[in-house]
Amino acid sequence: MKCRTCGERAAINMRQHKLALCRDHYLSWLPEQTERFIHKYAMFTRQEQILVAVSGGKDSLALWDILDRLGYRADGLYIGLGIDGGVGYSAESQRRAQAFAAGRGLRLTVVDVAEVEGATIPEAASLTHRGRDKPCSVCGLTKRHVMNRVARDGGYDALATGHNLDDEAATLFGNTLTWSTGYLARQGPVLPGADGLARKVKPLCRFYERETAAYALLRGIDYIYDECPFAVGATSIEHKEMLNRLESARPGAKLSFYLSFLEAKRRGAFPAATVDLPSGLHPCSTCGQPTSAPGSCSFCRTWDAVRARRAERLTVA
Amino acid sequence: MSAQLKLRDKVYEVPSGMTVRDALLRLGIEPESVLPTRQGELITDDDLLREGEVIRLVAVISGGDASLEQP
Repeated sequence: MKCRTCGERAAINMRQHKLALCRDHYLSWLPEQTERFIHKYAMFTRQEQILVAVSGGKDSLALWDILDRLGYRADGLYIGLGIDGGVGYSAESQRRAQAFAAGRGLRLTVVDVAEVEGATIPEAASLTHRGRDKPCSVCGLTKRHVMNRVARDGGYDALATGHNLDDEAATLFGNTLTWSTGYLARQGPVLPGADGLARKVKPLCRFYERETAAYALLRGIDYIYDECPFAVGATSIEHKEMLNRLESARPGAKLSFYLSFLEAKRRGAFPAATVDLPSGLHPCSTCGQPTSAPGSCSFCRTWDAVRARRAERLTVA
Repeated sequence: MSAQLKLRDKVYEVPSGMTVRDALLRLGIEPESVLPTRQGELITDDDLLREGEVIRLVAVISGGDASLEQP
């Protein structure tokens, strides 16, 4: 297959766009498209300061690389979760994120959850009822809190994550199966900021996962190839596999699913009451971050419980 | 007359001369979920498999964190 632009051997074929490109033209095309989406969805401007949440994986490092190449003011945030999984998962992820930043002279903030909160994510999950069998719940809760805290304290205008179209389509699929209208109403390329809540943006939300992976490979980005050990068997992965089967039979199905959803949302498919959730938020009495119920937020309640149980165990021992 | 497809720690033996895509479908591997590479270079899945070669498949699916929609 030949590159549509120059006729050289193609490195990637995007069936949904009927577009094959060689290495060089792909490495130009993807940032150009990212720039287009940043403008189209009014994510941020070149004058604004962006915080990129990096995990050491392909999507977030590709995003940081693209924003840097495009000339945006983008710093990184790595959250050390303390996940080992027999492969030193968090340590390896952190090493790659730090090497990436050092190699490009970029600023990376590292927050180690165990240092700051007193326990790793797997320890916290084992000490609380929240997600006892899997730490994904306490992990998501903690990441959201830390990301927002660092973005707010650092004066960042937007928090960018590496979510790709497969992530978005799988989330959309899951929320549609359960008609979770509140989540559907908030899903999109931009989640506007509110008092105390950073604006969240997803500049890669229209690229297939294989496209962000191809970009990372072609750019020579050293990303962590292993999946989070706790993601094995995750529902989101099952949904991605289902959607990929659909995509294989009908190229463009995933993109169409997501874009049709955004269009339906734009036309008012969701009642305003479900969209306006941030207006009903209150500051947490402990940390000050916005929460939907009066008193302490779920992050503070969860981690207070973790620390209390940890202290009990140490006393007993 | 065969070639090998390697995905993580698994190696699959397939006839050479067929396209990468046909080989993936025959093996039950979703073509959307991998990127085929030949000697470290990305190739498109219409490439024909050559006798004796090893095509390394890079898995691209990761467990996305959908939790950012929550307040």
